[in-house]
Amino acid sequence: MDAQITIPQSRQDNTFQRLVRTFRVSAWLGWQIEANWADPLVFAIYALIKPLASAAIIVVMYGIITQGDFGQPIFAYIFIGNAFYIYVGQVMSGVSWAVIDDREHYRMLKYVYIAPIHIPTYLLGRGVAKFVFASISVFVTLLAGVLFLQIPLDLLQVDWLLFIVSLAIGVNMLALMGLMLGSIVLLLVNHSFGMGEAVAGALYLFSGAIFPLEVLPEWIRWVGFIMPVTYWLELIRRALLPDIAAGFPTLASLSNGQLLGIMLGLTVFFAVAAFLTFNYCDREARERGYIDRTTNY
Amino acid sequence: MDLAVKTQDLSRIYKIRGGKKEEAKELVALDHVSVEIKRGELFGLLGPNGAGKTTLIKILTTLLSPTSGVATVGGIDVAKEPHNVRPIINMVSGGESSGYGLLTVRENLWMFAQFYGIPTKVANERIKELLGIVGLGDRDNTKSSDLSTGLRQKMNIVRGFLTDPEVLFLDEPTLGLDVGASRDVRHFVRGWVDENKGDKTLLLTTHYMVEADELCDRVAIINQGRVLACDTPSRLKRNLQRDAIFKLEVSPLNGAGTGSFEKLAGVRQVTHQAQDGQSILEFILEEEDVLGRVVNTMTNQDIHIFNLEKREATLEDVFVDLVGKSMKEVEGDSDS
Ligand SMILES: Nc1ncnc2c1ncn2[C@@H]1O[C@H](COP(=O)(O)OP(=O)(O)OP(=O)(O)O)[C@@H](O)[C@H]1O
Ligand SMILES: [Mg+2]
Repeated sequence: MDAQITIPQSRQDNTFQRLVRTFRVSAWLGWQIEANWADPLVFAIYALIKPLASAAIIVVMYGIITQGDFGQPIFAYIFIGNAFYIYVGQVMSGVSWAVIDDREHYRMLKYVYIAPIHIPTYLLGRGVAKFVFASISVFVTLLAGVLFLQIPLDLLQVDWLLFIVSLAIGVNMLALMGLMLGSIVLLLVNHSFGMGEAVAGALYLFSGAIFPLEVLPEWIRWVGFIMPVTYWLELIRRALLPDIAAGFPTLASLSNGQLLGIMLGLTVFFAVAAFLTFNYCDREARERGYIDRTTNY
Repeated sequence: MDLAVKTQDLSRIYKIRGGKKEEAKELVALDHVSVEIKRGELFGLLGPNGAGKTTLIKILTTLLSPTSGVATVGGIDVAKEPHNVRPIINMVSGGESSGYGLLTVRENLWMFAQFYGIPTKVANERIKELLGIVGLGDRDNTKSSDLSTGLRQKMNIVRGFLTDPEVLFLDEPTLGLDVGASRDVRHFVRGWVDENKGDKTLLLTTHYMVEADELCDRVAIINQGRVLACDTPSRLKRNLQRDAIFKLEVSPLNGAGTGSFEKLAGVRQVTHQAQDGQSILEFILEEEDVLGRVVNTMTNQDIHIFNLEKREATLEDVFVDLVGKSMKEVEGDSDS
C-alpha cells in the first residue's frame, strides 16, 4: 500500500477555521481591490457621483411624467427602491464578478482554486468591500433625497429593528444570489462579462424597484413575486417610511412578519440552491478544464 | 514504497466544439499514462509543445478531471478527494504574468500564506528569505503590476515554495526567464529538494533538454500524450552510448530530404534542420564505421561537408531515437 503523506500539523485546521480564514483573507483582498482608489476623484465618481446621477435620472423622468408632483407617496416609493437597488448591483454582481476578475484579469483563479480554502466562501468574501462601498452610495443618495427632494424620511419614525434585520438578511440573500451567478459564470468562458449586469437589470424591472408590480401585465408579474428582492425592497420601504407601504397594494395585505418570513424562506432556498449550483458548476468546470481558461480579450 | 505521485492508465480527452454544424472533435491529450514518482524525487516531464505536460499537471493539481484512469498525490485520489490533496501541494506555471497587480509583492505572497494557514510572522520571515534568494529582496513593497514579466514569474515561484508543499508542481518554471535567472531558479529548485532530504517532491515540466538532463533525478519523455520512456537521465542515455552520434554541417539538401540516408544500413535516425543557408544533419549510427557509408552517399549527391563532429548522447538523442524526429520537428509538424 502507498503510505499517505500526512498533512502537516499546522494545516490540520478544522472546517470552521478554514471558513473563517478564507472569508477574512478574501474580504481583505476585495477591500484592497476596491479601495485601490488612490485618487479621491475616482472614489468620488464611483461611490458618490454615479449613484447620484442615476438617482437624478429617475427624478427627472418622474418629474417630466408627473409634471413635478414630487409630493406623492409613489415618488418616495420609487426613490427608496432605486437607492437600495444599488446593493443588488454591487453585492450580487460583485460576488459573481470575482470569478471573471480572478480568471481573466489577474489570472489567479487557478492558484486560488488549488489552495486549501473554501471557494464559495472566498467568492462571498470578495463581496464585503462591495457592500461597504454600496452602503456609502446608498447613504449619500438618501441624504440627497431628504435634503433636496423632500423624501419624508424621519429618523424617529424609522423602524430600526426591522430595517437592520431586513438589511442583514437581504444583503446575505444578494450575496448568495451572486454566488449562484458566479458559479454559472465559471462555466461561461466566452460571454460572461455582462452576466451580472444583465441579471441585475432584469431584477430591476421585476422586483418593484422603481414601480409596483401592478404596473406590469398580469402574466409576467409572477416573476416579481418569486424574486426575494421584491420582498426585501418592500420591507426596507416599510422600515424607513411606514406611510408609503400602501404604495404597493398587492403586498399591503401582508404583515411585516409575513414578509420577513417569505424573504427568509426564499433566502434559505437561495442558499441551498447556490451551494448546489456551485457544486455542480465546480465539478463541470473541472471536467471541461475551465478553471484557468482565459478568453484573451 | 512511499509514492508522492502515482498515475494509472490516466487519460484525458478534450472535446473541442467546432462551428455550429461541425461535430465536436475529440483530442487525446493524455493516453493511458502510468507514472510513479517517489517521495523526495525531482522528477521531470520532458516533451514538445502539445505533448500533454500541462494537462497532466492540471489533473494532479485538481484543476482538471481525468477522463479515465486514476491519479493519486500523496496516496490521495485527486479526482475523488481534491480538498484533501490541496493542503499538501502547490503549483506554479511559467511563461505567464499572473498576480494581483494592485497588491505589493509581499501582500501577494502574504495572502497565499494566509490561505494555507501559515501564521503572519512565519510567513513574513519566509517571504523575506525567499525573495532574497531569487533576487527580489528589495522589491517587496513594489506593486506587482510594476514588475517585469520575468520578475513577476519569480514572485510566483516564491509563492510556490512559500507554502512549503509536500509536492510542488512547476510547469515550465524557466520559460521566458533570461539565462541567469533560469540558472538561479534551477539552482534553487535542486537545492530545495536536496535540503529536504527525501521529504519533498518536485515535479517539473520542461521542453529544455538540458534542464531535464542536469536537474532531474528521473525524467519521463512524453509525446502526444504517451509516456515513451521513464528513467534517470544517464540510464536513458546509456542505451545510446554505444551508438555513435555525429553532427554534420553540410551544403543545403534542398528538397532532397534525408530518405537516402535513412535507407543506409546502420543508420538508426537522421534529423535535418536548415540553418543559415546550411543543412545540419544529426545521425545516430549503430557504430562508427557506418559514417563512411554516410559520407560516400553525400559525395555521390554532391553534398559538401563543412563541419563534422562526434558528440555525447543527450536526452535530445533519446527523444529522436524514440520518436524518429527531433522535438523541433515534432513542434514544426503540429504548427502546419
Ligand atoms: N482546454 C483545452 N481544450 C482543448 N484542447 C486542449 C485544451 N488544453 C490543451 N489542449 C490540447 O491538449 C494537448 C496537450 O496540451 P498541453 O497543454 O497539455 O501540452 P503541453 O505539453 O503542456 O504543451 P506546451 O509545451 O505547449 O505547454 C494539446 O494538443 C492541446 O492543444
Ligand atoms: Mg504546457
